[in-house]
Amino acid sequence: MSVLNREEAEALIQEVLEVYPEKAKKDRAKHLMVNDKKLESAKKCITSNRKSIPGVMTQRGCAYAGAKGVVWGPFKDIIDISHGPIGCGQYSRGGRRNYYSGVAGVDSFCDMMFSSDFQEKDVVFGGDKKLAKLIDEVESLFPLSKAISVQSECPIGLIGDDIEAVSKKKAAEIGKKVVPVRCEGFRGVSQSLGHHISNDAIRDWIISARDGKLDAGGPYDVAILGDYNIGGDAWASRILLEEMGLNVVAQWSGDGTIAEIENTPKVKLNLLHCYRSMNYIARHMEEKYAIPWMEYNFFGPTKIAESLREIASHFDDTIKEGAERVIAKYQPMMQAIIDKFKPRLQGKKVMLYVGGLRPRHTVGAYEDLGMEVVGAGYEFAHNDDYDRTIKDLKDATLIYDDATGYELEEFVRQIKPDLVGSGIKEKYAFHKMGVPFRQMHSWDYSGPYHGYDGFAVFARDMDMAINNPCWTMFKAPWEKPADAPVAEAA
Amino acid sequence: MAKLRQAAIYGKGGIGKSTTTQNLVAALAEAGQKVMIVGCDPKADSTRLILHSKAQTTVMHLAAEAGSVEDLELEDVLAVGYGGVKCVESGGPEPGVGCAGRGVITAINFLEEEGAYDEDLNFVFYDVLGDVVCGGFAMPIRENKAQEIYIVVSGEMMAMYAANNIAKGIVKYANSGSVRLAGLICNSRKTDREDELIEALAAKLGTQMIHFVPRDNVVQHAEIRRMTVIEYDPKAKQADEYRALARKIIDNKKFVIPTPLEMEELEDLLMEFGIMDAEDTSIIGKTAAELAAEAA
Repeated sequence: MSVLNREEAEALIQEVLEVYPEKAKKDRAKHLMVNDKKLESAKKCITSNRKSIPGVMTQRGCAYAGAKGVVWGPFKDIIDISHGPIGCGQYSRGGRRNYYSGVAGVDSFCDMMFSSDFQEKDVVFGGDKKLAKLIDEVESLFPLSKAISVQSECPIGLIGDDIEAVSKKKAAEIGKKVVPVRCEGFRGVSQSLGHHISNDAIRDWIISARDGKLDAGGPYDVAILGDYNIGGDAWASRILLEEMGLNVVAQWSGDGTIAEIENTPKVKLNLLHCYRSMNYIARHMEEKYAIPWMEYNFFGPTKIAESLREIASHFDDTIKEGAERVIAKYQPMMQAIIDKFKPRLQGKKVMLYVGGLRPRHTVGAYEDLGMEVVGAGYEFAHNDDYDRTIKDLKDATLIYDDATGYELEEFVRQIKPDLVGSGIKEKYAFHKMGVPFRQMHSWDYSGPYHGYDGFAVFARDMDMAINNPCWTMFKAPWEKPADAPVAEAA
Repeated sequence: MAKLRQAAIYGKGGIGKSTTTQNLVAALAEAGQKVMIVGCDPKADSTRLILHSKAQTTVMHLAAEAGSVEDLELEDVLAVGYGGVKCVESGGPEPGVGCAGRGVITAINFLEEEGAYDEDLNFVFYDVLGDVVCGGFAMPIRENKAQEIYIVVSGEMMAMYAANNIAKGIVKYANSGSVRLAGLICNSRKTDREDELIEALAAKLGTQMIHFVPRDNVVQHAEIRRMTVIEYDPKAKQADEYRALARKIIDNKKFVIPTPLEMEELEDLLMEFGIMDAEDTSIIGKTAAELAAEAA
């Protein structure tokens, strides 16, 4: 049972919709639903991946954010050029906490920002020459970079610059991959299209580089797709796969390299964590190289154990035994964490509003701690994400797609969860409402949250947020409610 | 001093906008008017007859050389030609790259900020690229720029289509600002009953044919010498035609929000004057072979 029953949840949706004008009300109604686990598909109950309504506060990003920020940024030896005016590059720099091992400015470039700094004259006369010059400068200043990507900002698409031609020419000159990415921000309805465009660019410009030249690979070769190593997530995941006997050939894209991309076609299984942002390339490799792929979930011991066993089921007994060994090894450590934190968190309610996978993937981790997810929503999910979500959430849970600022605040005001998990734009609104909050995009400067090591951090962080003594000091001592018993006289 | 009047000249590509504008401006200058021409076309051929030059160095070209438009001074971009006419070309990229529309916007903003229109000017004429393909080329008719628009047209079908489309564009900006259609200038191509046809079109648009400029080879003779007729052969009959146009524009009071025609209305007009045949719907979508089979 969630806090609201079905009727109450439906009434809450109706109440929140009331403030909208007729057309907006009709549109927003399609994006809000009350969960029903019996549903075969989410299609009849929720609409997603549609244009946001002008005038509401949407939390979404743009195609450029999905391309440069999400998919490309974490590949450490690829220099991403933000091609266009300076703002897109500067304001998308260094906010994502995708860790890497390497030396910044020598062989790793995640911390750095490269921009063609478009001026008026570049718009009027075209920016191709400037891009070519910039690539030359990048090559002479950072000769150990392994590839360059050209991330298109809006003006590039408006003026029709031929970045493909420049990329081809420069790639031949410098002897490295130069990948044009047509991720102009005005394309699509959210960052989601940027993921797709990036997957396609990797498909068209990189992944076939070693076709016919790759060795057969080992029997236990796998790749991690869709782990961006936020706070070290991919590292905490990789060690488990290695401990069970698998050989992790590539990480996409957290702490990843272009060589890893090029080696991925030899793996035996692609492991997909963030389905939304990398299912496209997984499907491509399935079609072209006959590599199977599966989704897994490394949040919380229950889901980790399930996932390890499912991964192992694709391999022989050595790996299956390995999975059991890993699960058994970490079990006491997990039990200790649960013993410590569950009593402090039991029964606490969470509302989530995040990006591509966490509104459903973290549910198990919260449940391991005795907590309950009573509302969940995505900024940029598609219907196939909601198909999965309705199975992971309890009946009558509130589900909201591309929620507006107003909806989130109203839902939280009425449901009164013990914790909200969302992004930096939402954080302070809820703090001011007196609701404990964790950033679930960047792990609030913490992490990792993936894997067994991650769960230890996750449990500690949730406890720290919810049981922080500050929440009891929210009311000024001289503003005592009339009916409250007067505490000791000062 | 009379209030500065800003006018924009539009019309189908190749109709003779630049030639007509420069001859008109030369006639205005001859009559003692202080005039400036702002060329809004990356080809930069709006001032060559006044300056006797191949193409004036443009605002955008100079800005690109200097680094940005903020690095320019007004005198860098302003040239003075026949009769004290001030000339500026906005300029822009070669065909196929960049954004010519943004070039027009940048150049016009620069002229405004630098106070190019402040002094004792009577007229500014914007000579705009044939097709208003994007917002940039509508810049001259946006708020606080040109208030009067002249459309150069001829009795040819496509020229009249273009004129009607431009009128539609003017309606859009007229409703939100002070821009008005001030008249059609017929630059004759010697088609049948051309003057009557353009008069009729003007009447339907709610405006006037302000002048009928006959075709005369002296215009080409002057143009080869990079001169206007007014300067090359002031006694020519054609020079008087431009003087008449200039006088009518000085005295013009008829500024209207146009009433563009529906496609069918325009086609009826063209049929009435025998420019277009009545549509035979039985032949639509039929190949030559099918038609031949039917005829047999």
